[in-house]
Amino acid sequence: MAYGSGYFKTTYEADMALVDTRLRRLALATLIVGLAVLPRVASPFVLELVTQTALAAVGALALNMLTGLAGQISLGHAGFLCAGAFTVGILTESVKAPPLVTLPAAAVVGGLLGLVVGVPSLRLKGLYLALGTLAMHFVVLYVASEYQARWGFNTGVSVPAPTVAGVRFRSGVQWYYVLVAFAMLTTFLSVNLGRSRVGRAWMAIHDREIAAASLGIAVARYKLLAFVASSVLTALAGALWAYYRSFVSVEAFSFVVTIEFIAMIVIGGMGSTLGALLGAGFVTLLPYGIDAVVGALAPGGAAPYWLFPLKFGAFGLLMALFLVFEPLGLVGIWRRARTWVVLWPLRYAPLRTVR
Amino acid sequence: MQAVAGVVVLASLYVLLGVGYVLVYRASRVLNLAQGDLMMVGGYALFATVTTVSASPFIAVPLALAVGAAVGVLVYALLMRPMAGHPVFAAVLVTVSLGILLRVAVVLVYTDQTRYPLPAMDLSNPPVRLPGGAAVSALDVVTVASAAALLGGLFAFLRLSRLGIRMRAAAERPLLAAQRGIDFHALFALSWALASFAGALAGVLYASNVRLDPSLGILGLKAFAVALVGGLDSLGGLVAGALIVATVEVLTIRHVNPLLSDVSPFLCLLLMLLVRPWGLWGTREELERV
Repeated sequence: MAYGSGYFKTTYEADMALVDTRLRRLALATLIVGLAVLPRVASPFVLELVTQTALAAVGALALNMLTGLAGQISLGHAGFLCAGAFTVGILTESVKAPPLVTLPAAAVVGGLLGLVVGVPSLRLKGLYLALGTLAMHFVVLYVASEYQARWGFNTGVSVPAPTVAGVRFRSGVQWYYVLVAFAMLTTFLSVNLGRSRVGRAWMAIHDREIAAASLGIAVARYKLLAFVASSVLTALAGALWAYYRSFVSVEAFSFVVTIEFIAMIVIGGMGSTLGALLGAGFVTLLPYGIDAVVGALAPGGAAPYWLFPLKFGAFGLLMALFLVFEPLGLVGIWRRARTWVVLWPLRYAPLRTVR
Repeated sequence: MQAVAGVVVLASLYVLLGVGYVLVYRASRVLNLAQGDLMMVGGYALFATVTTVSASPFIAVPLALAVGAAVGVLVYALLMRPMAGHPVFAAVLVTVSLGILLRVAVVLVYTDQTRYPLPAMDLSNPPVRLPGGAAVSALDVVTVASAAALLGGLFAFLRLSRLGIRMRAAAERPLLAAQRGIDFHALFALSWALASFAGALAGVLYASNVRLDPSLGILGLKAFAVALVGGLDSLGGLVAGALIVATVEVLTIRHVNPLLSDVSPFLCLLLMLLVRPWGLWGTREELERV
């Protein structure tokens, strides 16, 4: 099997290549073609699942940049999503702004919010920073609910299907392409971060700030950049979420949403792009998987009242199990399995795990 | 006067909840985000003992509190001890999933219907007129009294008893304490038990006084604003923190906007983080400065 060794590169080009072996190029091409033709073969339900996963993946990748790469803990992820979604909701409702206005506006709002939350990170570390971001989450939610209460949208704000360049985005297939493309772009960005100055500066800050500073990394600037980049992406995801659901309401952005995103990067594997993707898929699909299992065991009949708590509990339990027993997450399991297969029948691990 | 009484009652509830944060933080440098859910479990433990064991409050309440303390020990043994040596953030996330699990367990057993354990105990909650014209419920008075008793008891325990002094030593420097033959795992388990006991006490009182449903945990999130304002490692600071946060909350309910009052503890928290992140009486060194 052609398998990149990870520590035997003869040229800089080979070292910088995104996909370095024929097997990987083939896998990537298959993935892209597969995603492109999926709407032709898959049922609307499957498409809906993939679309949801793609949207979750953007949020998870954004959180992974902040928490996994730069090591800054945030408990305010749902707040950023909420800010993006409400920017869209408020702008479309009050001035009928088109998506080409609302999306950049959501990005700007997210960026400003990230800056506001990021500034305390220059003074605070660890738990205290987490508390600050959590407080920010509640403040953003308060502002949104105040808007809902003041302007009489007690249940929420509805957002009409957006029109870009004469195309009206309303069908599931259209949203599938939009969100999958968005997720792929974010993935590309995330992979590139690991190879560029910014991402490496973040990782250095994560590992040891003083050492990073003495290597000439402007710690304050890169920390703020991490917050801003992550919150811009998250707010954009929130904005697209608003259009995709065509409805915005405060209830959709509770603290549970933050926990879900944290669970994604924890279950997937902190600091890894693949991990964030795997985690997003896992956490999004888990409730449907439980639905399917319960449906197969007890066919027919209305959903029992314990189904919802069961899903929630399964997710809490899995998060605890991963934290206690497998801190490297799904990606750690995958790497071990891959190493085992590649080395079989030998048992020595390589000197360094490859990407 | 009514406002002052309201502040004192709310502050007492916050003190009961905040004690849990401070004890756990001192023992394991972990912020227990499940404290509110431990409180909720205490309330349901009361409901369970009332409906299955005995309707007499003299049996049901101590039993519920014992269940609460036992849950604390179990949490330490099963979840927190394996997390020793892991990053603090991971341990905090474990408490988040603990909160989820507790809530789910309660919903699975008791559904998410609102319960009222007080009538089941054949007790009523008569209003009490205070000198000065304010009126509170009888259980409000009990809440204030038990918060005072709990704080007083903890002070005496930590200052005077041998076990309490050992507990402070283990919290301050676990390695050194272990060198001197102190079994700090047992003491940390005791810290968790006390924290969970305080949470259960708050839960029992709140469930009897107001209502009982699985979403009580939200109150716990507000209470950590209290713990932070007072100083995360300071029991004495709790009283001041609770009074400040409760005053701001009651004032915003009465004069500004009830919606805002729900976030006012978090605004206090943000302000404190900006001005004096280690809290009013917290140890400054506790905060790893950048």
